[in-house]
Amino acid sequence: METRIFDELREIVGPRGLITSREELHTYECDGLTNFRVLPRAVLLPNSTDQVQKIVRVCHREKIPFVARGSGTGLSGGALPVENGVVISLTRMNKILEVDFANARVVVEPGVINLDVTARVAAQEYFYAPDPSSQSVCSIGGNVAENSGGAHCLKYGFTTTHVLGLEVVLADGSLAHLGGKTLDAPGYDLMGVFVGSEGTLGIATKIVLRIVKRPECVQTLLAAFPSTNEAGAAVSDMIAAGMLPAAIEMMDNLAIQAAEAAVHANYPNCGALLLVELDGPVAEVAELMAHVNEICSANGAWEIRVAQSDAERALVWKGRKAAFAAMGRISPNYIVQDGVIPRTELPNVMREIGRLSKEAGLRVANVFHAGDGNLHPLVLYDRRISGQEEVAEMLSSQILELCIAAGGSITGEHGVGEDKKKMMSKMYSEPDLETMQRVRCAFDPLQLSNPTKVFPRPRLCGEKPGEYVAHPLETAGIAERF
Amino acid sequence: MDARVSPKANPSSTFESDVREIVTAKYVRAAGVSDAVGGVQPRFVVEPGSEPELAKALKLANAAGMAVIPRGGGTKLEWGNPPARAEVILSTARLNRVIEHAWADLTVSVEAGCTIGKLQDTVAKHGQRLALDALWPERATVGGVLSTNDSGALRLRFGSLRDLVIGVTVALADGTVASSGGKVVKNVAGYDLPKLVTGAFGTLGVITRAIFRLHPLPKETRTISAVTTDLREAQRLVLAIQSSKLAHSALQICCRGEMQPRVDVLFEGIEAGVRAQIDQLRSMIGSARIIDMGSDGWNARQEIFSAGKGSESEFAIGKFACLPAQIAETIETVATLRADELRWSIVAQATGVGFVRLEGAVSTLAAGLRKMREWLEAREGSLVIVHQTGGIVEMDAWGRTGDALPLMSAVKRQFDPLGTLNPGRFVGGV
Repeated sequence: METRIFDELREIVGPRGLITSREELHTYECDGLTNFRVLPRAVLLPNSTDQVQKIVRVCHREKIPFVARGSGTGLSGGALPVENGVVISLTRMNKILEVDFANARVVVEPGVINLDVTARVAAQEYFYAPDPSSQSVCSIGGNVAENSGGAHCLKYGFTTTHVLGLEVVLADGSLAHLGGKTLDAPGYDLMGVFVGSEGTLGIATKIVLRIVKRPECVQTLLAAFPSTNEAGAAVSDMIAAGMLPAAIEMMDNLAIQAAEAAVHANYPNCGALLLVELDGPVAEVAELMAHVNEICSANGAWEIRVAQSDAERALVWKGRKAAFAAMGRISPNYIVQDGVIPRTELPNVMREIGRLSKEAGLRVANVFHAGDGNLHPLVLYDRRISGQEEVAEMLSSQILELCIAAGGSITGEHGVGEDKKKMMSKMYSEPDLETMQRVRCAFDPLQLSNPTKVFPRPRLCGEKPGEYVAHPLETAGIAERF
Repeated sequence: MDARVSPKANPSSTFESDVREIVTAKYVRAAGVSDAVGGVQPRFVVEPGSEPELAKALKLANAAGMAVIPRGGGTKLEWGNPPARAEVILSTARLNRVIEHAWADLTVSVEAGCTIGKLQDTVAKHGQRLALDALWPERATVGGVLSTNDSGALRLRFGSLRDLVIGVTVALADGTVASSGGKVVKNVAGYDLPKLVTGAFGTLGVITRAIFRLHPLPKETRTISAVTTDLREAQRLVLAIQSSKLAHSALQICCRGEMQPRVDVLFEGIEAGVRAQIDQLRSMIGSARIIDMGSDGWNARQEIFSAGKGSESEFAIGKFACLPAQIAETIETVATLRADELRWSIVAQATGVGFVRLEGAVSTLAAGLRKMREWLEAREGSLVIVHQTGGIVEMDAWGRTGDALPLMSAVKRQFDPLGTLNPGRFVGGV
């Protein structure tokens, strides 16, 4: 990149908003998925929509690919920089712009931290429902890019359920407003496509969120089962009984051991732990909780506890939310996987994971959002042992193939990013992927916004017939024309 | 579409014989007067018997430069602008199977031509439902309901179609058959095309299949209706309920002409929970008068569409969206029009989405709709004219689309570059 471009960018964001020194750039070379690393040419820290637009206009004119970044907690390499590209970090755009209780709307900038939205409205007994485990550090902009879920999306839905409107800077630097404070804005639901597009369609600079009133009461039950089979059967019985709990989480023995070692959540040492949370009107929760209790007993739970206070409930959740990080207590290295299966396939898939784990000679800990079939198998390995990392990666991919074969998905909430591009071809056919990329071509024909992510092969848009001009991705050797 | 490219010359006689090859002669017929759409007379009605047949027929029409109008039950065919052209009605009537009800997973996979009624009956056998109260459920199809994004009062609790659909298969104008999403509720792999085609009025592709998440049927259902003294009181009550800890499933304001506004609240769940909530609600209602009308109040939206009209007048129906706290003011924009010239009825849901029916002389109707649209658009809302008898009101059905319109046109060009599907019916001439 030429000096004049750096000068121009510095002009836009000021000297403190541009990072070009190698040492500082290392902070941005990866996100939460650390096995992919690329050093960007520069990192920009804009503090307004206007600055984002100006930066993107320069990128568009100079055909420089850019990657938007929130807090960098993503687990699929979505915020991984691209070769010869820049990173646009939105952490300075962190203001909550409006809080409107009468309409249950909050307007935020993309760098606002997820939990800060709830903190801001908690006194009036509202909350922001999507609660990824990283909620104390992840940003709303990142949540929008990934369509983040969390433990409570079984009942409350995902980020896309709670985003009503977006102000978006498109890849040519122009501004578009998708959705809004009111519902069903005339036209295509482009907001619905933008949420979860992993930064490939542009950069969200303002977000209208829906907030939800706290339920009258919340109760959390913890049940210890001999194995995941019995726990899984209990979940099926709850669903068959017509219940829709706020959350149903499951952890297997290895995950329980790790969580215990890390945060001393006082979990029973059992084959599988089920955590069921019910919320709603007091009378309803009381009756349903009794029913959940019966179902757990009938399926062989040998210890059942109901958290009696907010503090107890927080502790129960702390163990679950710390589960990924806790793996460090029982294994030097681990891969966090994210797959989805129809809930009824749970026993088969668990058995197969057990078999593959044995074959590979590696341990797999399992943490899942059992209500919606979202599995987080954690493949444990030791990088110092030659060849073990490759075996772990292979095992991790095989688990995803199990999910696809069971009629599920390769990702429930972590996204495709850099990590799972290749798996996309196993889940979708070529026409499926080609059709999705028509949307990409409409938004970003030059494919400058987080190119190289999500799709195994970029589709070249070439809307206008005429003189052949080498696409920047071609020049970079990333894509080829078909 | 300004980007329309001249299609290859291919006379319609060739189309007719070619399409017979695909769907057999029995399922191609000349269109009659009753097949007209928005006053435009199409030439053929084609009824494919399978997804591949439908895709092939569509591809054929596209190559022949013939405009295609996808049709399900035909209940909402008048919605949107009249088509700029219409040659082929592509009916999904024969694609009417429920493919798989995975009841233990709370999902259902269904063909686009299946009616909502049949779908609901099928899933009800296992005590489940698609949590959607669509218009004309006995005739409206999955594809049509998705394309028009038609949802009712249950949306407050369960979301609209965008929140219920988890997978779609779509046939594009060039014959591509593409799927997106899948049969699991939680899935972030790739772009969310189910949301893109929901509410797209069939302008991007023809939906051939959909997968929905289901909900258990409630064990207990109770409606409380309260007659309020005026709109402001109705608005206060709705906001009070919304900011309370009640877990209601639906909440709406109904009013018309001189009638006092009525607020309907729906509770669903188990008996103990419903009873406790009703007690709580009673203590909030204040001076409003509780009346017992069972579940009848929830027919109000269908009545807006089904009501007959006086012989001396015309009518128009609009769908509006406002902020939840501005429902009363929105209704007042109509209520303050001269009552002797205009009859009106409105049902507004607590989400801020509502339906208005205006009946009267054409000029009065147009003035009423314009006034309401202007008021709403100034407050980030919208008014879409979904129905008007015989194109009487010379207004664009959609109103303002803002700065996203170029992007919408670009999406249309990518999916349907020749402008084959429902040309001119959607926003900004798409």
